[in-house]
Order: sequence, then structure tokens, then C-alpha cells
Amino acid sequence: MPAEQASGNKVGQKSRRAIFRARDKYFVPAKTRRDNRRVPASEQLQGSKISAMNPSIVLRNATRAAVRRPLAQSVRIAVPALRVAGRRWASTEGAATTAAETEPTKKVTKLTADSYPNLQRGSHFSKITAEDVAYFESICPIISADRGATEDDLKPFNQDWMNKYRGQTRLVVKPKSTEDVSKILKHCNERKLAVVPQGGNTGLVGGSVPVFDEIVINMASMNNIRSFDEVSGILTCDAGVILETADSYLREHGYIFPLDLGAKGSCHVGGNVACNAGGLRLLRYGSLHGTVLGVEAVLPDGTILNDLSQLRKNNTGYDLKQLFIGSEGTIGIITAISIVCPQKPKSQNVAFFGVESFDKVQQTFVKTKQALSEILSAFEMMDSNSQNIVGQVTGRKHPLESKPPFYILIETSGSNPEHDSEKLNALLEDLMENEFISDGTLAESETQQKELWAWREGIAEALGHFGGVYKYDVSIPLKELYVLVDDVRAKMKDAGLLSTPENPENVVVDCVGYGHMGDSNLHLNVAVRQFDKRVEKVLEPFIYEWIQKRRGSISAEHGLGVAKSDFVQYSRGPTELAVMKGLKTMFDPNGIMNPYKYVKANA
Amino acid sequence: MSNLRILVPIKRVLDYAIKPRIAASGKAIDLTGQKMSLNPFDELSIEASVRLREAHGARISDILAFSAGPTKSQDALRTAMAMGADRGLLVDTNNELEPLAVAKILKKVVEKENINLVILGKQSIDDDAGQTGQMLAGLLGWGQATQAAEIELKDDVVKVVKEVDGGTETVQGKLPMVVTTDLRLNEPRYASLPNIMKAKKKKLDKETLESYGEGLQGRLEILEIAEPPPRQGGGKVEDVSGLVGKLKELGAI
Repeated sequence: MPAEQASGNKVGQKSRRAIFRARDKYFVPAKTRRDNRRVPASEQLQGSKISAMNPSIVLRNATRAAVRRPLAQSVRIAVPALRVAGRRWASTEGAATTAAETEPTKKVTKLTADSYPNLQRGSHFSKITAEDVAYFESICPIISADRGATEDDLKPFNQDWMNKYRGQTRLVVKPKSTEDVSKILKHCNERKLAVVPQGGNTGLVGGSVPVFDEIVINMASMNNIRSFDEVSGILTCDAGVILETADSYLREHGYIFPLDLGAKGSCHVGGNVACNAGGLRLLRYGSLHGTVLGVEAVLPDGTILNDLSQLRKNNTGYDLKQLFIGSEGTIGIITAISIVCPQKPKSQNVAFFGVESFDKVQQTFVKTKQALSEILSAFEMMDSNSQNIVGQVTGRKHPLESKPPFYILIETSGSNPEHDSEKLNALLEDLMENEFISDGTLAESETQQKELWAWREGIAEALGHFGGVYKYDVSIPLKELYVLVDDVRAKMKDAGLLSTPENPENVVVDCVGYGHMGDSNLHLNVAVRQFDKRVEKVLEPFIYEWIQKRRGSISAEHGLGVAKSDFVQYSRGPTELAVMKGLKTMFDPNGIMNPYKYVKANA
Repeated sequence: MSNLRILVPIKRVLDYAIKPRIAASGKAIDLTGQKMSLNPFDELSIEASVRLREAHGARISDILAFSAGPTKSQDALRTAMAMGADRGLLVDTNNELEPLAVAKILKKVVEKENINLVILGKQSIDDDAGQTGQMLAGLLGWGQATQAAEIELKDDVVKVVKEVDGGTETVQGKLPMVVTTDLRLNEPRYASLPNIMKAKKKKLDKETLESYGEGLQGRLEILEIAEPPPRQGGGKVEDVSGLVGKLKELGAI
């Protein structure tokens, strides 16, 4: 019961409670559990609306949502106890529940072990005993079925963000320091207990959740920023720091994190490095292989490998950290990283274009690179199918009135607003006058910049709204980037699985393509009402063979995890794979680190 | 039924998404190098005037965007024209203008341009004064409807649903009128590139402050600007019994 206010405000207790309840629905607070784990934003807002991770967006959306409440007032209403501010919050409750009402009923995710019957639990792995649990408990906080944790308590650790993969762990350990991790892994190696290192659990290939009863080693409690050098821009921090947190910290000091992706409110930097995440600005700031200077990791036998260099250049032997970058937790757990960070841009612009054909998209890309050169920081392509779905799920009006088949989002980042605006305006005039683009808009404020980005960053979440998504993240030659999407859509139509005006309830909602055009990286997504074997049969191995023919990558940035583990040979030859398997066996002879995934040593 | 000649005064302010920093003097906000944008409430006014044109066609014969400020304010005027205003007028001055001064200037603009409807934002996000619209109506002797959530035009009558404490209030008045906009009025459109290009060719006139006569000097002196006190951290409790214990400690239960 809220305490009585000292001020003479006559806001009744009941209405005040309603205000708090309604407001909490919008500012979804972190659920506090026994372990005080912060529930990731993506999970809180799963399926119902776009994650509004930036406070100013939340504020703007709150006021915008207030617009949508049906007004029953054309006469003076005497509602004495309720203030206007309270009303605004009450109205967002209406908006929030409307979105929730249209969400499909929650289905139980299939166990990964059932979806992949070819995976067998390693016969040499031990089972967890009471002594094991007691030992881990003596090291750090744990969540254990043997200590009263229910399936619901373990679900956030067992299940992935897309609700596609579900494991069967009975034990989650949450180390607070590198020494904790070392003790845990040493014990697991001796006892032959399989483990899954887990960060923000935002991965898209099922690499961060168990398949069977692997122990989940969750890094969320290791979230200290260790140091930051303001002159060199080198940041050293624990692996469990959330990307957005690191970025906000750096922004206070005039720098930014060289990586940015849609999941930034929930993902951990350790996980980003373990997956060699690409993100939205790889075009400008390069890959983690270039920006990460050092890695502190614990090897499978518990040895602490301290390669946490803060040196920009260090040519003294094999560059071990490169092995860990992109290793997906299979040769050790990353516990800290040091990374060199770029300057915070003083001037940023975002423009959104409508384009009539993929040919024109390519031409626009060339023109943009020529005109903007060093200030270009992102070049993203989206098709109209993806934008339609975002509009449908969020209920928001698209920034462009026309309906072109393709959209482009470009961003510039620089140190001089006049210089950047001049270059950008010249480009915009050129593109419009010579009809490379048919429509477009330029963000006039930071708020508009974030809103435009939301139409690109929100695609992944909107697609999941219907029930499920098959995600393919591929690198193919730029010329053919969109051909794959058309081919897949045609195949779905021929198989009678695609929703059409005649059959609007078919299992496939749509096939969409979008992605980092600047990196030749397409995200092909097939949004479905539920995961369906018939859809999978059409997609695989067709997509992998298509890519193999063009010598592309079956996983440009998402990694292998469980999803792509069996298809790695479409992008890697036998010799490469043999060397990789040798490395894995050398680091992890007992095979306890994230088994059943990535490049399987024994396969 | 008369034609409408609408005046939309706008202001270039620190971007809404940026956290303001106090200048070293302690008497102003530090704007050096910061991104400036159109006042969000003024975006609503421009959108409102453009929607009136979409609803009433040729009856809206002119939409004039106006601003008084440094030369860079013409960027804001170009944005307004890209959103649909027909022409722009800038009073180029580096003087700080208080709401009464702005209202006096606007009165002269209204008389010169034969304006019969002025739509302003209810307040600007830098000074949060919320006075200009009301002062202008007083100087002109016109009716005013502030904090508009809905504007409806029928013949020469303007009906406005106003936001008030406890709900809404609907008023109507005959032209000429002053209306100020509030958040629920509309969702401003993005300026499309074709329109941004067209806006470059629209007329943007410039005037000096002197042309608007006397009585425009400031009457207020800013003594101090300070940030609100930092939020005190909350305490964390382990579980329900901890919560109950803490509440008992605080004497709440």
C-alpha cells in the first residue's frame, strides 16, 4: 500500500495505485529474483512490441501511445480524483494490452534434443551429483533444481531468445570473478561435466543454451568495467558487461563502443566477442578481430589465460586472442576483454530512401560511398516485406508515404556537422535528381534518427511475433544478394506454404530480406506461424547449396551454434575442418565446452 | 467563409533527446557543438496547419513559418517548409528574446501579413515558458484556445478540445484566433526528400530586429541555473522477509 503523501493532493489511493500499475506496464521494471538477475529487455517485451531501450524513445512512445487511446470525451468530464498525468499513464495501459491481446497464445518450445534426434548426450559425460551442487554453491550463487528451482526459474537459461531451442539443465552457476570461473571449470573438467558458457542469451543459432543437462555458466554477475584510458581510448571490462552499458559509459567520456547491434540492451560484450559479432557499423569501425586488443579467458581445465593486453601493437608470438574471438565458448570462457574504442561522433545523420529495384540499390551504394567516403557509418538495406511486417506488428506509420520495393538506411558519423551536412545534402540532391532513389527522408532530430533506426533494428523482433522465424544470415556476392530471397519466396509459393491473398493463413507469413548491404551480408528470414518440418524441407539444404555454388558463407555473423553446426562443410573445406578439430581437441580433450555445437571434434 | 492565412511561429532549440549541460557561467545552458532541432511542440503546429490544408484545400491560402533567432534558425524554417509551410520569415538576431518580446513581434507580423489564425506550440522545451501564445492573444485582443488536443474548423468557427487537469475541455471561437498545440494533437510527418528539395526553392525572407520597433528588450535576469539534485539510490533487499524487515525499519508498517 503506497504511503500517504504529505502534500494535500487529493489523488485517491485507488487511482494512484492504478497509475503505478499502468506506468509499470510501460516502464517494465527488472524482475528481481532470488539472484537479482536482470531480466533482459528483449525477454520482457517479447512478442508484444518493439523494445524501446532508449529512455527518450520510451517517453516519446508513451506520449504517442496516449494518442491512440479512443477518446470518449467531447463533453466536459468531471473526474476529480484523476490528474491528467495519471490519465496519460492509464491510457498507455490500454495501448499495451491491445498489443498483448493480439499476441498468439504462448506455445511450449520443443526441446532441442527432440528437434535434433541425431544429437546424442555424450556417453562419457557424468551426471551432476549432490556433491557437485554443494561444491559449486561454495564458490558462487547458483540456481539449482536440487535447491528448489522450478522449470520456470530455469527457463530463461534453458531457452533462447527466439523460443526455438530449449535445453534441460538443472543447474545454473553465476560466477562473480575469474577465479570463480577457474574453479568451476577445473571441477567440471575433472568430473567430465559438460558446460555451456552463457552471456545475454541473445544468440540466434542456439549456441548459448544447453541441449541436454549441460551446466549453464552465466556471466551476468561479472559486470565490472575495469579501466578506461581516456587518451588511447582503450577500455578493459568484464565479459558480463552489457553492450549498451559499456557504450553509455564510453559516451560519457567522448568515445563509443566499436560495435552496435539491435540486441545491445541485453547482450554481453563477452558473448559478442565469443561470436565475433558484426553488427550495424562494421562497415565503419571494422570487425572485433581488429578492435579487440586482448582477451582474458579460462581454459577448459581451469587455467587462466591472461592475454589481456592493452597494447595496440604487440608482435610477440602467436596471436592467441584471435582464436577465442568467434570460438563460441568451445575452447574456453572469455572473462574479460580490452578493446580500442573510436571517438564519439560530433555529428550524426540518418537518411532513409525508397528505391525501385535492387539494381538501383547497388547503384545508390556506389554513389553513396563515393560521395560520403569516410563519414559513412552504416548502409542497411530492407525490402518492403520486412517494413510491412514491422508496421503491422507495431501499428506505427512508416516514415515514407510511397511504397517502393526496397528501402535503404544510411548513417553518417563525423566530427564536423557543416562538413557532413554539405556532403550529405549534395548526395541527396544527386540521388533524387538522377532518380537513383524514388523517395526518402532525412531525420531532423535525434529522436527522428532513433525512430528511423527502429524500422531497421525492430525487424527481427517483429518477425517473431507470428510464432516463429527461420533465420539465415549469409554472405553472398553483392550482385546476387536479393536473388536468394526471391528464389526462396518462389519455392515457398510453389510448395503451397506461402500466405497469399487467396490463402492468408498458410504457415509461412512471408520471406523477407534485409541486412548489411555494406558488408555483402543478407539476413534472409522466413516468418512462420509455427515451426514446421515442411518449411524446413524446402529451405534446407536448398539455401546451403545455393550459397555453396557461389562460394559464400552460410553464416556471415550469427555463428554456427546448433543451427548451422551440421552445415559447416558448405562453407569450409575438409582440410580447414581437420585443423579446426585438432585445435578443439588440444584445448578441450574432454569435450566439455559447449558440446553438440560449432565445429564438432568427433563428427 | 473566409480564407485562412495561418502563421506558425517556430523555435530552434536544443535537441529533445540530448541531456542539457550547464555552461561554466552557471547562468546558461551550454549549446556549443550541440545538435539543435525544431521545438517538438512546433512540429505539432506545422503538422496541424498542413492537415488543415489537407482537409480544407484551397481555403487555406497561406501557411507562413516564422522564427526569431540566430541565422541558423533558417534550417528550422526550411524543415517547416519541407513539411508543408509555403514560405518562411526569419527575424535574424542574436538577442535573447523573452516571450513578451516575441509576442510583440508576432503582433506586427500578424498585422502586416493579414493573418487570421496563429498556431503555436504550447511551450518551447528550452525555457518551458508557455506564455507566448497567450500574450499574443492578449495583445491582439483575439480569442485563444491553448493545449489543443484536437482542432476542427467549420466555416469561420474553430472548435478546439483542450487538455486540462482532470480531462478535456471543448471550446469554440470565431476567427481570428490563437491556438497552442499539445502533445496529443497529431503525429508530425517526416519531411520527404522531394519536399526537402522543393523547400530549398521556397521563399525565405529575412528581417532585422530593428524593423519591429521598441519595447523588445528583456526584463528578466537569469540568476542561476542548476541541475536537479541527483537521484538517491534505492536499497536492495534479498527476499520478502527482507522487504518486510526494511519496511518495519522505516516505520512504514
